[in-house]
Amino acid sequence: MSPHDAATKLASKVGSGATIREFRGESTVLLGASDLVTGMLYCRDELGFDLLLDICSVDNSGEDPRFEVVYELCSIADGTHLRIKTVCAEDAPEIPTVSHIWPTANWHEREVFDMMGIRFSDHPDLRRILMWEGYPYHPLRKEFPLAGRESAVEEVAFTAPAPLAGGPFVTAPGSGATDTREPRSRA
Amino acid sequence: MMTTNTQPELAYDSKIEGNVIFTQLDAAMNWMRKNSLWPMPMGLACCAIELMAAASSRFDISRFGAEVMRFSPRQSDVMIVAGTVTYKMAYAVKRIYDQMAEPKWVIAMGACASSGGMYRSYAVLQGIDQLLPVDVYISGCPPRPEALLEGFMKLQRKIDGDPELQQRHQPAGHAAVSR
Repeated sequence: MSPHDAATKLASKVGSGATIREFRGESTVLLGASDLVTGMLYCRDELGFDLLLDICSVDNSGEDPRFEVVYELCSIADGTHLRIKTVCAEDAPEIPTVSHIWPTANWHEREVFDMMGIRFSDHPDLRRILMWEGYPYHPLRKEFPLAGRESAVEEVAFTAPAPLAGGPFVTAPGSGATDTREPRSRA
Repeated sequence: MMTTNTQPELAYDSKIEGNVIFTQLDAAMNWMRKNSLWPMPMGLACCAIELMAAASSRFDISRFGAEVMRFSPRQSDVMIVAGTVTYKMAYAVKRIYDQMAEPKWVIAMGACASSGGMYRSYAVLQGIDQLLPVDVYISGCPPRPEALLEGFMKLQRKIDGDPELQQRHQPAGHAAVSR
């Protein structure tokens, strides 16, 4: 089955809530959050997408709805790929989990929650996966500075802003030695 | 006139010749310490691969008495922090260092352990010296095993009381006493 056919079938199954986007032979289906679980179950059971490759999230800061969650599906039998996207708003971002459909989604969703702060309803174990419990930020959000922010959880971990000195990998032009061109060594 | 034939010879005894050396106690202790530094391999990233290479036959860290990698802090003398120390790992490294018995030393191996390296990031500690007293910093990303051995020899000279190294660590106006 081609990605286009799979996307068309999925869209007709879900109905008016789905939009198809085609780009360079890749098919993306935009689903509403309420159609997500139905659509995903249909993808796995009827369309043969037995492998969830990845879940990632996008912060379209300034747009509404702000967050996008992207699912990459693959059919092992014929190698077809299909991309599913869904969106959620900035205030209380929450979408349904798919971890009961593909168990691998468990940790992917924990990572999305950790880094972007999107919650997955009915997730069996929605804890942070990279940062520690008590870390107060979601570091991949656009408003979070690259250098980080100060925080402390007693006996667990602390953070402090990194000295970026104008940006990452800023080096003064010229032929001088590194200790004069590298900004942090000048600071 | 009394005969001295039965008196023991105090200044010279051929039986112990070459078996007794006179030295200062701390010099002897330093000599023993610097030649049996058991490392605690705190391998956290790719520097640990070079650390392993330094232990293998081509570079052979056992030439410096440091081949006994101890994975227990209670049996080690020098912690080699080899790799990127994330904030999540930072207190764990500190805790392991705290469990090491005195006297103990720390080598910050590579750019990440020394300064955070290329990770100017929310997640990476910008140098393990924020938590531990580092004795030797080794540059490189990662440093070659030779660089680690050079750092190791620097640490040995420091333990042995190399006046040049001591002076470098003294505050201005307090020149180290040379032995």
